[in-house]
Amino acid sequence: MKHREIRTLALLLIVIVGAALRAPRFIEATSINSILLWAPLLIVVGMGQMLVIVTRGIDVSVGSMVGLSAMASGMFLRSHPNTPLVWGVAVALLVGAALGAINASVIAYGRVPAIIATLGSLSAYRGLIFILSHGVQVDSNDLPDSLSRWSSEGPIHLGGVTVPWLLVAALGIAALAAWFVRRTRTGRDIFSLGSHPEAARLRGIPVTRITFLVYAITGALCGLAGLMYASRFGFVNPGTAGQGLELIVIAAVVIGGVNVTGGSGSVVGVLLGCFLLGVINVALSVLGIDATWQQLVYGSVILIAVILDTLARRSAMRTSGAI
Amino acid sequence: MKWFARRETVPTILVLLAFIAGAIESPYFLDFHYLLDSSSLYVETGLLALGMTLVIVSGQIDLSVASTMALTACTAAKLLALGWPTPVALLTTAIVGILLGSINGLLISGLKLPSFVVTLGTMAAYRGAAQVMLGAQSQKIPTNLSGIDFVRTLGTPIPLPLTILVVMAILVGLVLHRTVLGRWIYAVGTNNRASLYSGIPTAKVTVWVFAISGGLAAMAGTLIDSRLGVARFDHARGLEVDVITAVVLGGTAISGGSGSILGSMLALLLVALIRIGMGLANVTAEYQLAVVGTLLVITVIVGNLSEKIANSRSRRSPLAPSPTLTPSQEPHP
Amino acid sequence: MTRSTLLLTALGLVFVAGCNRDAGSAASTDTPSASKKLKIVYIPKNTGNPYFTEVNKGFEEAAKEIGADFSTTGPAAADATSQVPIIKEQIQRGVDVIAISANSPDALDPVLDEARSKGITVITVDADLVGNESHRDAAVLPADFNTVGTSQVELLGELTGYEGDFAILSATTDAPNQNAWIAKMKETLKDPKFSKMKLVDTVYGDDEPQKSTTECEGLLAKHPGLRGIISPTSVGLAASAQVVDRAGVFPGGPHATGKGLELTGLSTPNQLKKFVGTGAVTAFQLWAPSNEGYLAVYLGQAIHLKKVIPAAGADFETKKLGKVKFSSKLELIAGPLVKFDKSNIEKSNF
Repeated sequence: MKHREIRTLALLLIVIVGAALRAPRFIEATSINSILLWAPLLIVVGMGQMLVIVTRGIDVSVGSMVGLSAMASGMFLRSHPNTPLVWGVAVALLVGAALGAINASVIAYGRVPAIIATLGSLSAYRGLIFILSHGVQVDSNDLPDSLSRWSSEGPIHLGGVTVPWLLVAALGIAALAAWFVRRTRTGRDIFSLGSHPEAARLRGIPVTRITFLVYAITGALCGLAGLMYASRFGFVNPGTAGQGLELIVIAAVVIGGVNVTGGSGSVVGVLLGCFLLGVINVALSVLGIDATWQQLVYGSVILIAVILDTLARRSAMRTSGAI
Repeated sequence: MKWFARRETVPTILVLLAFIAGAIESPYFLDFHYLLDSSSLYVETGLLALGMTLVIVSGQIDLSVASTMALTACTAAKLLALGWPTPVALLTTAIVGILLGSINGLLISGLKLPSFVVTLGTMAAYRGAAQVMLGAQSQKIPTNLSGIDFVRTLGTPIPLPLTILVVMAILVGLVLHRTVLGRWIYAVGTNNRASLYSGIPTAKVTVWVFAISGGLAAMAGTLIDSRLGVARFDHARGLEVDVITAVVLGGTAISGGSGSILGSMLALLLVALIRIGMGLANVTAEYQLAVVGTLLVITVIVGNLSEKIANSRSRRSPLAPSPTLTPSQEPHP
Repeated sequence: MTRSTLLLTALGLVFVAGCNRDAGSAASTDTPSASKKLKIVYIPKNTGNPYFTEVNKGFEEAAKEIGADFSTTGPAAADATSQVPIIKEQIQRGVDVIAISANSPDALDPVLDEARSKGITVITVDADLVGNESHRDAAVLPADFNTVGTSQVELLGELTGYEGDFAILSATTDAPNQNAWIAKMKETLKDPKFSKMKLVDTVYGDDEPQKSTTECEGLLAKHPGLRGIISPTSVGLAASAQVVDRAGVFPGGPHATGKGLELTGLSTPNQLKKFVGTGAVTAFQLWAPSNEGYLAVYLGQAIHLKKVIPAAGADFETKKLGKVKFSSKLELIAGPLVKFDKSNIEKSNF
């Protein structure tokens, strides 16, 4: 476990140093701020995706869930301009949890493979965003200033660098996730389920309930991420909100050392993975690398991380003689 | 053969239902020439569905089909633009498609990785490669090669692409239902470990299946090039959902081990009729998205439920068909 | 039998539910022989785009005036090929006029030819088939492309006192309108009046919020003394406004260096009201998108009824918009650019 985190950290440092050597501006306040705003969305959704992948599942509908929650909470804030933001958070969480619960029921109780269920809801939820919003976007003018302050202000200022509230919230969620997987019975059950589903069942772990739980949690986290999306970008468009996020998140989680064949992964690793993806994206833009390379980069990152991981695990098994 | 007959009953009835619904929804629907004409829009989906049927029967999934199609479409256009002779360019494109599929197969069988992760990675990587190749620009296809959907088959009113799909469906159907490879595909999908112990080269079967899927995607790629007259990196984006929906709707069990080409083709007809019907009734794209996505999920749930019922019934009855012939979830080893 | 029955009921329900939602916007009586009313359809680049919603309003207004049967339908994503099946369906529905904001200058050519061969009048609106103009009857464009680039540079000059480095944040690398405007901007800069203004960077946000945001932040990081950004696309401008507002680098902002950074471009007013309020954006421009739809309906009717044969230099007149001239590529220009700032933004609502 430790070993993998060190590897991701090393990779992170290599990318930062490499980018800084080519463009010294990369380590100035503006770029760092940009990275610090990139990571929170990934971290929040990534924590859910980690739990899902640990149980040998996958959730490709996260982008649509983020979009739908952003739209629902944005529309709520538009029609109730003077309500405290807490209610916006409640709407976002509720919508996200409901969407997650639908995925969860289909997967846990309908016994539909996760990839099929979430591929279906990826389309269905995106359609729902249009139906709910009548194809009308939520403009910056419709959102309260207090919401955008989440991303423009923060508790810590160092030089020109601001650690935004969004990141504080995301790190808080990561800490909660770390506590959940290490210190609670359910958290540990998630990992046992992932490392050996049959054995878990025999040991009396409530497989169906746990499966339900991970997808529902992911939904709720996507709900929160939806509101963070509205805060960061300032408007919510039915077509583009959250679109394509699934690939970036899965790339971040996989490169963060979560094993796609289930059973292992760590919060610290995923955090590093999320920052790495943020750094890569900002670096592409600051170095002026053509946008056409982005898809190829995401895809390759997923493939290379998965391949290296498998090879490393194999050689580890061979040296320890436990084949 | 009772199980065989039953699996295609559902799509057949649904197709009839879709016909009736389409006719009620829009007065423009029941026009034989129009429906034939529109078939060209779904031939590419059909070719991908043929490959996907093999992949899913073998217990895997291929999310990269639409991206493979786009990358091969761009490759073909690029080669033609470079002045390669047409047969050489098309053959090279086919080989590229087969290679892209084989990469999926090798990664999955060689490293024992889940197919959804590998093909999710290649889905992004292949489309990314297409984007790097052409950028956001279109690459024109020589005029003498474009417009295949306006070519009719030997004096009949049937568009050539439809004929190509039917011929390919028969060929792939023969492979799946009449050859040793076909039998192995079913065996691997039913129980990978048991197949390995009984001497089936399971890794090879997986590579073959993905290679065929890649080859068919290349064929779809050249067809869309010809139909639109241009190649672009964003060709067929998101098409994998339609493809998987068609295959699953056609009665192929998502857990592997059962399914048929006929079922997939009937279900493709169904998806096409639904899309055409909704389009003619001016139902906007987002409703279509919602319907197709929901359809996919509901089909699998209902399939699982009825399997459960069928299984519990067959357990009670001593005269029930042997369990290997009923579609069932793969027992965990 | 259980399996069949269950499947049938479930799928039947979904299908019927889906089909009953006729989302065609205007009242379109869906019977082929209902009347001899002119049938017009508008196909935007994608649904859910506030800009095209505004264009659509013009269509509805004019269709009401002439008593045409108008409907609109579009793809969910602005992919090049996503409009092909929709055009096929509209041909089959027997429409008389197809007005389309084309997602691709070339991928639609075959199917548009098919439509025209069946007597349908094809008008491109806002986004033309650049380089393939022979595949449509005429085009309605938002503003004179020659003036957009110049006006944008002129506006930025006014704001910055005609000096300093500036950058452009565009949509995709192959967007024909954007590229035409950018080319014109570069040409305009050769005028000695703009000799102290320097274009230092052009970046592409692909009309995605995330990408546009990252690119705008990248601009701020790369060019610390940047005096201006022009984003001639509404997604790019809205995303950039949020970035500039947050960074506080606008004139009078808490982190402004020197005189501060002036952000301007093209956008609908509603998307920027907030930022004109906070000061992140001083002024920007746009034409009235609804004029495009309005003009397209009258033009479509006139061409379809053979009252007008588009010819370079010929006049075309509507009551609301007066006389406009066909360009050499058979384009009509729907309206002049309007500047939006504190003085008029609250009055406009689109």
